[in-house]
Amino acid sequence: MAADSLVNWGLLSLSAPGWGGVLLQGFFNSIQIAVGGFTLGLALGIGGAFGKLYGGPVLRDLLECYTTVVRAVPELVLILLLYYAGTDLLNQVLALFAIGPVDISGLMAGIFVIGVVQGAYSTEVLRGAIKAVPAGQIEAARAYGMSPAKVLRRITLPAMLPYAIPGLSNLWLIATKDTALLAVVGFSELTLVTRQAAGTTKAYLLFFLAAGALYLALTLVSNVFIGMLERHARRGFAVNR
Amino acid sequence: MTDETTHAVAFTPEDLPTAKSFFLPHRIVMMLVFAAFVVAVAVFMRWDWLPRYLPRLGWGILVSLIMLFSTAILGFLLAVPIGLVQVTGPWFLKLPAKVFCTVIRGTPLLLQLWLLYYGLGSLFPQFPAIRQSFLWPYLREAWPYGVAALTISFAAYEGEVMRGAFAGVPPGELEAAKAYGMGRWTMFRRIWLPRAIHRALPTLNGETVLQLKSTPLVATVTVVDVYAVISKVRQETFLTYEPLLLLALIYMCLTGILVIAFRTFENRIPTRGA
Repeated sequence: MAADSLVNWGLLSLSAPGWGGVLLQGFFNSIQIAVGGFTLGLALGIGGAFGKLYGGPVLRDLLECYTTVVRAVPELVLILLLYYAGTDLLNQVLALFAIGPVDISGLMAGIFVIGVVQGAYSTEVLRGAIKAVPAGQIEAARAYGMSPAKVLRRITLPAMLPYAIPGLSNLWLIATKDTALLAVVGFSELTLVTRQAAGTTKAYLLFFLAAGALYLALTLVSNVFIGMLERHARRGFAVNR
Repeated sequence: MTDETTHAVAFTPEDLPTAKSFFLPHRIVMMLVFAAFVVAVAVFMRWDWLPRYLPRLGWGILVSLIMLFSTAILGFLLAVPIGLVQVTGPWFLKLPAKVFCTVIRGTPLLLQLWLLYYGLGSLFPQFPAIRQSFLWPYLREAWPYGVAALTISFAAYEGEVMRGAFAGVPPGELEAAKAYGMGRWTMFRRIWLPRAIHRALPTLNGETVLQLKSTPLVATVTVVDVYAVISKVRQETFLTYEPLLLLALIYMCLTGILVIAFRTFENRIPTRGA
């Protein structure tokens, strides 16, 4: 520790003796996983929500099981299960086709794991949003002779967006924070590299606070964009809310 | 977090199936398939380790539940003032409460936990005053840091919920209380708080389920909860799936019991016109 100051800020410098660059790389990994996982979750959620609302009884029950399990079991446990089961399963499938085992990159595994968890959450959010679309609008589209796919693309998805955005933006914030759990399976995202940096230099408080500031900045910046998006989606709505 | 989001990420009483819903023909077939799957899991996977670890698992579950209830109760006690000052307090109380909620809700719980455990935990021994105080035997353990992190997190999320609940109590009811000559404290105790809790109850229940889902994080700072016991099993038996499947089942059962308890509790509260 530098004698002249209480905090050795040099530890955060971007070049080699400092750990700033490593931290930013971890932060970048976290953002990548959050974006990938959230997008995958959104795709699963759209499918899941429509399956739950318009699917047959068996499909509906299977989706209900999926969302129930994900909402009742801790993310940490799900991440471990999916991480091991997912990579194992993929390698077994590959072995069936006589392709040797592959090393799945931590990034892909992380996106898969966060995506599956987020998929269940967004299924619930989108299902609520779709149900909030007035039935008359969808009936009108049908009366115009639109095919189900066209009704989905032109009416249901755009009309549900204002109802879905508050929930989805919360899910995005949850996704950014859930990436921290991947530290437990050893993926070098922000929280894990922070712990490594802190453990090496013994400057625990400095590094954990720095990482906290990065996460907080991500949340605050996200909130600004979410606000803009929400105003855009709700244009034409009554002001009182 | 809004009400709907809590519902989307936590299993809530509305999701409980009714007894009648199990007797639909396609569900009976699905349950038979599932039963066959369970039998296959029981027969073809290795479960011989289970009896040896059963007592430790029981203790682990107990530790998890103690973590859940102690932090939920402490967190709620903190959340009431945090929510209240954001609605009615002066700016020098409102601002810190707002900042507290934003910072805690904007950073991962795992990071907060590690900040407390590794950060403060490495700072405390440097002060002789702390080392000699009566608190030192506790501060050397891991669980106080786990309790602190979980309590702070619950207080921040719940504080936001309570803020909305306090703000949502109709002003007419508070005016009526004033008109009856109630003092501020009596009004708070008899009208404002009960009505706010009543309004926040569904979200509160959801947040408690979320809190249960957060408890395994304390295993990362060496608190021996059920997750830590299962990790130990995995290390000692070299099994991957069996312990994790059991762990998922345990958490599903705990969530189910919690949610059923909440529904029973909610049904006992009289609501007019509902």
